[in-house]
Amino acid sequence: MIKVEGVSKRYPGHTAVDNISFEVEKGQVVGFLGPNGAGKTTTMRILTCFMPPSSGTASVGGFDVMDHPLEVKRRIGYLPETPPLYPEMEVAEYLTFVGKLKGMGGNSLRKRVDEVSEKCNVADVRNKLVSKLSKGYKQRVGLAQAIIHNPEVLILDEPTSGLDPKQILETRDLIKGLAGEHTIILSTHILPEVEQICERVVIISRGKVVATDSVENLTNRMRGSEVIGLTVEGQPESGLVQEKLERVAGVSRVILKLAQDSSCAFEIESLQGRNIRADLARAVVEAGWNLTELRPVSMSLEEVFLQLTASEVSV
Amino acid sequence: MNNIITIWQKEVKSYFVSPIAYALLTIYAVVSGFFSYVAVGYFLDRSIGAQAGRGGPMDVNEWVIRPVMMNVGVISLFLIPMITMRLFAEEKRSGTIELLITSPIRDYEIVLGKWLGALTMYACILSLTLVNLSVLFLFGSPDWRPVATSFLGMLLQGGCLLSIGCFISNTTKNQILAGAATFGVSLLMWTFDWFTGFKADAWAKVLAYLSLTSHFEPFSKGVIDSKDVIFYVSVIVLGLFLTTRSLESLRWRA
Repeated sequence: MIKVEGVSKRYPGHTAVDNISFEVEKGQVVGFLGPNGAGKTTTMRILTCFMPPSSGTASVGGFDVMDHPLEVKRRIGYLPETPPLYPEMEVAEYLTFVGKLKGMGGNSLRKRVDEVSEKCNVADVRNKLVSKLSKGYKQRVGLAQAIIHNPEVLILDEPTSGLDPKQILETRDLIKGLAGEHTIILSTHILPEVEQICERVVIISRGKVVATDSVENLTNRMRGSEVIGLTVEGQPESGLVQEKLERVAGVSRVILKLAQDSSCAFEIESLQGRNIRADLARAVVEAGWNLTELRPVSMSLEEVFLQLTASEVSV
Repeated sequence: MNNIITIWQKEVKSYFVSPIAYALLTIYAVVSGFFSYVAVGYFLDRSIGAQAGRGGPMDVNEWVIRPVMMNVGVISLFLIPMITMRLFAEEKRSGTIELLITSPIRDYEIVLGKWLGALTMYACILSLTLVNLSVLFLFGSPDWRPVATSFLGMLLQGGCLLSIGCFISNTTKNQILAGAATFGVSLLMWTFDWFTGFKADAWAKVLAYLSLTSHFEPFSKGVIDSKDVIFYVSVIVLGLFLTTRSLESLRWRA
C-alpha cells in the first residue's frame, strides 16, 4: 500500500531524513517511533505530498508522490501534529468544508459528516465553534477530518500529543477502531502507545530507520535473558544475601540495587531460557529472611527503543 | 471549478464571521461618507459662484462623482492590505495550509478561490459608495455611465492590488509584515506617474505606465480603453501567477 524507497530530505546544513526505506501492507497499523526531531514528521509530509523528497521515491496505492500527487492525496487522510482547524467555523461546517475539498458533495457528504461525527464522538458539539472546543475535542475533530472521505490510508502525526490521560485512552480506542478499514501510519514518541495500537513498528532515529519489525518480535529480540527484581527483609548484611542468591542455579548475575536498614533490593539476571523465580524464592525463605518482592523486570519497548536509539548515537 | 467555489465561500465567510469585514465596512463608510459630503459641499459652493456668473459649466459627474471615485481609490489603498494580509499568512501560522496543500486540489484553485474571496469583500466595501452616490441620483440627474465604468475601473484596480497583496501574504507567516509590505507596494504603484512631472526619459515613461492611477483616469471619465483593461488584467494574472508559484515553492523550501 505504502512504499518508501531510499527517501532522503536534505536541507542546507543538515539531513532531516536519510535514505529511509520501508513498506506498509494494506490494512496494517504501523507505528512510527522516534525521539523528537528524528524525521517522523518530515517522512509523513513527504508521503502526504506536502513536500517532495530530495531523493528517493515514495508511493501510496501504487501512485508516486511526485508524479501523481492528486491521486495520492485522494487516498490519504492526514492529521498533522496540530490539527488544521479553522477557529471561526462550526464543527459540522468545518467537516463539510474538508469533505468538499476532498471532492465530496451533496447528500453523501451530509451523511458522511454525521457518520464521522458519531464515530469520533464529536456529534454533541457539531454546532459549536471550533475555537470553543477543548483540546481533546479539537484532536477528535482533526481525526474526523482525516477520515471524512474514507481514505485508504490514514497518516496521523502524534495523534495523542498534548492530551490528558483520559483523552489519550479515548483517542487510542478510536484509532484501534479505525484499524480494520484503513491502513494507518501513526507517529509517536510514546512507546506504550505503539505496543497497544500497532502491529508493526518502524523505529527511526536521526533520520535513519534503525529497526523495522513486528512489536512482538522486537521486544523478544531485545530480551535475551530474564531479569527479576527481588527485595529481601530481615537481613541487614546485604553481602550475605547477594552471596546466597548468586549460588542459586541458573543465575548469571546479581546486582545490588538498594540497601536500606534491614532490607535490600536486587536485580537478578537469569541464564538464557532458565526460569529461576521459584528457586530464588526458596533460597530466600530457607535462609530465614522475608521475601517481600519478586517481580519480573520485563524489557519494555521503551528499553528496546532506548537501546536502539542510544547505540545509534554512539556510532 | 467546484474547488474554487469551496475556497471562495470559505474565504468570504471567514471575513464576515470575524470583525474584519465589519470594521473595514465601518471605516470605509465613515471616510467615504466624509469625502462625498465634502465633494458635494464644494459643488454647492461653486454653484453659488456660477449663479453669480463666475466659473465654468456645472456638471455633477465632473465635480462630484469623479473626485469621489478618485478618493475611493485612495481609501482602497489603505483597506486592501488589511483585506489581503491574512489570506495566506494566517493559514501558514495556524497550520491549516497543510490541510489545503494535502487535499486533492490544485494550487491555482486555492489561489484563485482566495483572491475571489478578497475581491468579493472589496466589492462589498465599494458598494457602500453607491449609497452615497444614490443621493445625487435622487436630487439630480447625473449620467450613470461614468459611474458604472468607474466601478469597473475600481474593481480592476482593486483586483491588481489584491493579487499583489495575495502574493505578499504568501511570502510570510506574519500578517502585519504582509500588510505593511502590501501597503508600501500599493502606494508606490499608485504614485509611479509622479516621475513624469520632472522627467521625460524612457524610464519615467515605463514607470508612469505601471502607475495604477493613470490607467484609472479614463474609467473615471466613462471611457473603457482596452489598453487599460489589458494592463489591469495582466497585473492581476501576474500577481496570481506569482502567488501560485510561491505556494509551490513553499513545498520545495519547507
